[in-house]
Amino acid sequence: MSDLVTYLTRLGDNTLVLGHRLSEWCGRGPALEEDIALANTALDLIGQTQMWLGYAAEAEAKGRTADDLAMGRDVWDFRNLLLLEQPNGDFGRTIMRSFLFDHWHLLMLRGLTQVSDARMAGIAAKAVKEVAYHADRSAELVVGLGDGTEESHRRMQDALDRLWPYVGEMFIGDEVDAATAAEFGAPVPDMLRAPWDDAVLPILAQATLTVPDGAFAHQGGKTGARHTEHLGHMLTTMQWLHRAYPGANW
Amino acid sequence: MTPRPQPAPVPGSAADRPRRHTGPTPRTEAEVWAVLRQIPDPEIPVISITDLGIVRSVTLTGRVARVTITPTYSGCPATGAISLAIELALADAGLRPVLETQIDPPWTTDWLSAEGRAKLRRYGIAPPHAAGPDACPRCSSPNIRRVSQFGSTPCKSAWQCDACLEPFDYFKCH
Repeated sequence: MSDLVTYLTRLGDNTLVLGHRLSEWCGRGPALEEDIALANTALDLIGQTQMWLGYAAEAEAKGRTADDLAMGRDVWDFRNLLLLEQPNGDFGRTIMRSFLFDHWHLLMLRGLTQVSDARMAGIAAKAVKEVAYHADRSAELVVGLGDGTEESHRRMQDALDRLWPYVGEMFIGDEVDAATAAEFGAPVPDMLRAPWDDAVLPILAQATLTVPDGAFAHQGGKTGARHTEHLGHMLTTMQWLHRAYPGANW
Repeated sequence: MTPRPQPAPVPGSAADRPRRHTGPTPRTEAEVWAVLRQIPDPEIPVISITDLGIVRSVTLTGRVARVTITPTYSGCPATGAISLAIELALADAGLRPVLETQIDPPWTTDWLSAEGRAKLRRYGIAPPHAAGPDACPRCSSPNIRRVSQFGSTPCKSAWQCDACLEPFDYFKCH
């Protein structure tokens, strides 16, 4: 797999996996507005997936489509961040997971709008407008729930404690990142940590939440070396129809 | 207060069929634009796809009409329906449609036509505005508040007027 294909697959798998996770809330949101908001956010992410994986499939030139990549690959071929495949948990944990990712995603996409590859820059320019909105919304909810009732505060702190070990993977670069940075001027993950801290930490403080100690980072999602058990379960549901009835359409 | 337009027809019903093209086959790009101006947006049928500002360019070579469109939101489910409506309308007018999608530069609500904004307001949807909606589209009161960042479609958020107490959609600035 070329570095470009791997890079595009990572971007597309991030939006696909989080998009699917958010869609699991459809019809189960704690309030009608939240239900609709989660579904709309999922829709944005799935739309972005079509563009990233569509480009990945073309760059790969093996005759596959975005749908083939989304529905026909198994766990070990997925290149998403481990954070995003974590189960939804309660509404608070779902919002915290989005919050931690949205601000990374926003920085990443802003950087990608500047790359020399016109198609990649074009997709990023489209997606960044949607993700800016996602980041605003998740930040607002983290503050509202973190600095809310005793119960909502406890749940948000539990969510942050549980998800924190998955934050580090977003900022660990490898040879694929180095190659795309050299070739197209794509952002290097390590460089996003400081601006991410600047964006996220004041919001967590405003939400009266305590950032956990420790810099341990689970890894293996973006390389595909070691996904968590949860991704396989998610794919069984997500890919079931396509695998049982190949080419199903309506 | 201006009376509200008729509600949108039930999808798939006889009233939902696009208007049949009756005149001669368009011979100029201006005439192709005129055909496109008749195609309603499937989600907000009071405005046309040209009001929405998603038609980037039209070129006519003989009977081949090449139309470039820019989707509003990347996951907008109406994009497929819009492409189909354009193909049907142009084929109906005797042309051979070729559709292309262009995502860059990304669509912005600045491309909504002035007429489109007026039509939205009449329909009860507050048009996009940099600082959020300025007034209730029904009673024009500025005493309004946001209920949710997302509404019935990805392009709208849900608001309420505290003067007339009616809820309304706001077409988000994007």
